Amino acid sequence: MHQTLWILAIGTLCFRLIGPFWAGSSRLTPRWQALISDATIVLLCALAVVSSVMDGHQFAGWARPIGVLIGMVLTLWKAPFPVIVIAAAGATAGLRYLGLS
Amino acid sequence: MGLVCVADGVVGLSFGAIAVSGGLPLWFPIALSLLVFAGGAQFAAVGVLLAGGDPVTAAVTGLALNARLVAYGLTMTEVLGHGRLARLLGSHLILDESVAFAMKQTEPAAKRAAFWTCGILIFVVWNLAVLAGALAGQAIGSASSLGLDAAFPALLFALVWPALSNRTTRHRALGGSLLALISTQWVAPGLSVLIALLAIVPSVLRSARDQATTTQTRS
Repeated sequence: MHQTLWILAIGTLCFRLIGPFWAGSSRLTPRWQALISDATIVLLCALAVVSSVMDGHQFAGWARPIGVLIGMVLTLWKAPFPVIVIAAAGATAGLRYLGLS
Repeated sequence: MGLVCVADGVVGLSFGAIAVSGGLPLWFPIALSLLVFAGGAQFAAVGVLLAGGDPVTAAVTGLALNARLVAYGLTMTEVLGHGRLARLLGSHLILDESVAFAMKQTEPAAKRAAFWTCGILIFVVWNLAVLAGALAGQAIGSASSLGLDAAFPALLFALVWPALSNRTTRHRALGGSLLALISTQWVAPGLSVLIALLAIVPSVLRSARDQATTTQTRS
């Protein structure tokens, strides 16, 4: 856990310092900027999908993906963030209470 | 700016609560928020650890998400000013939010003011919220009976949703997510998420090749 903290903290600081301290006036082309921002979206999306459905190598059960799906429907309806998060968690908790894992 | 702070506060609360109620020690989400100060990467690292992943994989997944901060840093060079201390402190405040607010302004002085106000406000709100969430997480005990494990992916989907209106981005995200999902059968937790990046490798190679050709023709 200490390893995670320090690698992530120091690495992130280096990323942030590159522009202000070393790069001077060099700029990324718009094409590279778009690729970097797409890479971030791809990672976040994959993280969302995997953590909705899986627990390690195993299927996480139905309660969690159904809760997430309800959160997605609320996202489509442009509900505010807190509502989306609480509804997803609440639905999953309710399903588990009813006995669905 | 106020609304963004409220939203970040809620996200911070759930981050702290998810991490601690999932079984990580109290200090971990708090230290991560102060020292890393990048929500997506923090969630990613904690997600990998909670799924039983290896600590280094957790860090690498977070770093992959934070690579965008290099691009932000390059656009914020002038906004941060010339003093060494200001640049050092300001670097830590380079975030999706602070950069977005700075870019909305046209005057250099207004850009600077927007960047610093937003960065400092979010730093305070985020860290206090994570602290409160972590303390609450200790009291909650079981995260799964409260469905907190669904809160994090639901939030991630809500965050990426606007970006998915772009067709190319949507295709890449879909392809990457499928690759990641299939690979969970074989690779260690956390690594599957990095496998999603294969979806943009062809475009990266194409961009690199095109750039090489243009540099050659110029020289």
